[in-house]
Amino acid sequence: MTIQLDSKIPPGPLPQKWEFAKSHYKLVNPANKRKYDIIVVGAGLAGASAAATLGELGYNVKCFVYHDSPRRAHSIAAQGGINAAKNYRNDGDSVYRLFYDTIKGGDYRAREGNVHRLAELSVNIIDQAVAQGVPFAREYGGALENRSFGGVQVSRTFYARGQTGQQLLLGAFQALERQIALGTVKQYNRYEMLDLVVVDGHAKGIITRNLITGKIEAFAADAVVLGTGGYVNVFYLSTNAMASNATAIWRAHKRGATFANPCYTQIHPTCIPQSGDYQSKLTLMSESLRNDGRIWVPKAQGDKRSPKDIPEGERDYYLERKYPSFGNLAPRDIASRAAKEACDEGKGIGESGRGVYLDFADAIKRLGRPLIEERYGNLFEMYHDITAEDPYEVPMRIYPAPHYSMGGLWVDYNLMSNVPGLYVTGEANFSDHGANRLGASALMQGLADGYFVLPVTIGDYLATQFGKKVAPAHPAFAEAETAVRQRVTRLLEAKGTRSVDSYHKELGTIMWDYCGMARSAEGLKTALGLIRTLREKYWTDVRVLGGGEEPNQALEKAGRVADFFELGELMCIDALHREESAGGHFRVEHQTADGEAERNDDKFLYVAAWEHKGEGNEPVLHKEPLVYEEVKLATRSYK
Amino acid sequence: MDLTLHVWRQKSRDAEGQLVTYKAENISAEASFLEMLDVVNERLTEKGEDPIHFEHDCREGICGSCGMMINGVAHGPIGGTATCQLHMRNFNHGDEVVVEPWRARAFPVIKDLIVDRTPLDKIIQAGGYISVNTGSAVEANTLPIPKPVQDLSMDAAACIQCGACVAQCPNGAAQLFTAAKVSHLALLPQGQPERYERVVTMVEVMETYFGSCTLFRECEAVCPKEISTKFIERMNKDYLAAKFKALKESATG
Repeated sequence: MTIQLDSKIPPGPLPQKWEFAKSHYKLVNPANKRKYDIIVVGAGLAGASAAATLGELGYNVKCFVYHDSPRRAHSIAAQGGINAAKNYRNDGDSVYRLFYDTIKGGDYRAREGNVHRLAELSVNIIDQAVAQGVPFAREYGGALENRSFGGVQVSRTFYARGQTGQQLLLGAFQALERQIALGTVKQYNRYEMLDLVVVDGHAKGIITRNLITGKIEAFAADAVVLGTGGYVNVFYLSTNAMASNATAIWRAHKRGATFANPCYTQIHPTCIPQSGDYQSKLTLMSESLRNDGRIWVPKAQGDKRSPKDIPEGERDYYLERKYPSFGNLAPRDIASRAAKEACDEGKGIGESGRGVYLDFADAIKRLGRPLIEERYGNLFEMYHDITAEDPYEVPMRIYPAPHYSMGGLWVDYNLMSNVPGLYVTGEANFSDHGANRLGASALMQGLADGYFVLPVTIGDYLATQFGKKVAPAHPAFAEAETAVRQRVTRLLEAKGTRSVDSYHKELGTIMWDYCGMARSAEGLKTALGLIRTLREKYWTDVRVLGGGEEPNQALEKAGRVADFFELGELMCIDALHREESAGGHFRVEHQTADGEAERNDDKFLYVAAWEHKGEGNEPVLHKEPLVYEEVKLATRSYK
Repeated sequence: MDLTLHVWRQKSRDAEGQLVTYKAENISAEASFLEMLDVVNERLTEKGEDPIHFEHDCREGICGSCGMMINGVAHGPIGGTATCQLHMRNFNHGDEVVVEPWRARAFPVIKDLIVDRTPLDKIIQAGGYISVNTGSAVEANTLPIPKPVQDLSMDAAACIQCGACVAQCPNGAAQLFTAAKVSHLALLPQGQPERYERVVTMVEVMETYFGSCTLFRECEAVCPKEISTKFIERMNKDYLAAKFKALKESATG
């Protein structure tokens, strides 16, 4: 099978493309919708909103999550906010400006058509969320409140204290629970998808493991939607939830779906630094804090004085100095690299020297403590719980950490992968953020995909599938089921010497050292060697206790880590091939004289979509050229 | 620091469980309670013993996955904190710590410290939403909401559905959880059309799974989001009003 990557961007001027597409999709008549079965895997913002909306439309939906309830999905942890081009502040915002900021923020590596649609739909998301009862922050007059986020000079971010993701997810979760009660959605909690079933080239079902009984089962459908989130837990320490993993998209990749731009990962600048080797995860401190907090390090190397004793003149507010027009609100990739640079120069703070200050003293003086408490109270509390330091009194210590993956399964404009019938939404796809995502845009994309895009585009495919149902008795299901069983058995029977976690930690260190904030050809080649050796050892030496037919958390994790090994390898291959720096992908060989990312538009203005060619074989690169009709390519500047 | 743990181990829902004693040695004061259990589990795995199963995910106190009784208190000794945000600096070298799963009839044990909290989702299914299909929303700012009302609604909406309120309640009641969702929606103008129907259906489902509230207010004391029992008063008021409305309507036909 040769793979043709057709982005299916609709014709016409940019602002009319989505309207044109909607007007020309094939439709499924309301009475026929219940005859179609759709599987949705994952119930974060992108999965729950899709499952609920498909249910409302009348489709027969089955929704699978590995949690005990759909409301636990990691979208719940998003703190700062969601962007929308409402222009409520009258500060010159527009759909075009949101589109442009996102394209530029992504370092010109995203599709214009997708991003413009995202900006258009942003306003509908806010309306929908408010109608559901999402308690967004308000002003005294009763109107919705906004704040600013990085890489942007307008205030277009809507928020619900520091719990925006939670409140938006609860809106989608409640809409989903309503459909469950109405019987249009059947919910499968504590089920993990372990394979995709492909019949005659079309996605027709999934194989799952019941996490209580261990039973491995097949489910058939007319289409499969993956809203299973991102993969930065490949780094072991990240801001993602402990269970966040790549298994669903990686299994789909191995069944034929191409994986796009795997090396585009986001390292978030403001996380609480690591404090010990027992540490299981890193905690994000919302980007919204950069509205009022100022980032600095001591000007002198190795200055170990308490921050209070370092006078103003001996501090380097390096973001304000280097990027005067955006200051502390420089985009994430740039702010992270600047923090790394300061620490590499020996100016880092804290015991490890891997940290910078985020200081609220000026804001408290200017605005008063009550207002700061109202804006960030829960974040300050969380910081205090974790570090035992009071950020009202001493500056926060922060350091960059893996946070988000812009890469993901390749999808066309309709969110369909190159495997017909397989749709991918939210962070699991690659589509909208290019090489760097702007703050408060992940919630926007997840919900745009799930509420407004997928429920419309999926009909275009389903209309071609009438009467083509595949029964779970088809041999493709039995084949996939057997493969899953063998894999589970293999992990249990390795009976080696080291725990799953110990391997995951080791892989994470390799990825962070060689495929993290700065990458080089030499380092990536080293990483590839290390990963391959470690992966081989893993399969013979991992120790998974307990059995397969009972709750077994080590077994669940073992399968996910096995996939992270393969994905980590592909990330390094992609990073090695991309001989340029773009957004979160920074190749030390490709930088300007003042250390900024240097793109190579002549050679790399394309989406790199990798095809799996079987274990042990080199993946094959397919290129989708990026065509810019509207925006002029330029060197990104935030100075 | 070194601690002695007495942890509830139970292989499955129907198996007999028991407290088993483990040493947690050389634990950093900066580690979280769950990271302390990670360390214990790594050592159990080294020794070839089945690790302790416990539910957890975000480890930022927001997903609501984690929760255990720590020396008899849901989420442990520090108020307003989920288990994942409880840090070992709150314990002393040499402490004995008893760790048990949520204790409530409605939450049967699945394995070790993991329980089944499905009934909480059933309460949401009974009306914990505003019935609005995607696409039919009005422009967001056409609906001004006074800031204090919004703030109060947000206080209620902060619930993370961890189940600590039920676990701590001597009656195993879910009033605080239910009242938080009822109040979040009933306070907002968007929630008015279904306000009275919602409270009745949610309370009815709650009562089929959970015990009754007798105002011990232990739920409030252990709630990691410090949700106030004032919301229970609110829910009760709406419930009564709904019942009177129904009576009046049936009387006037």
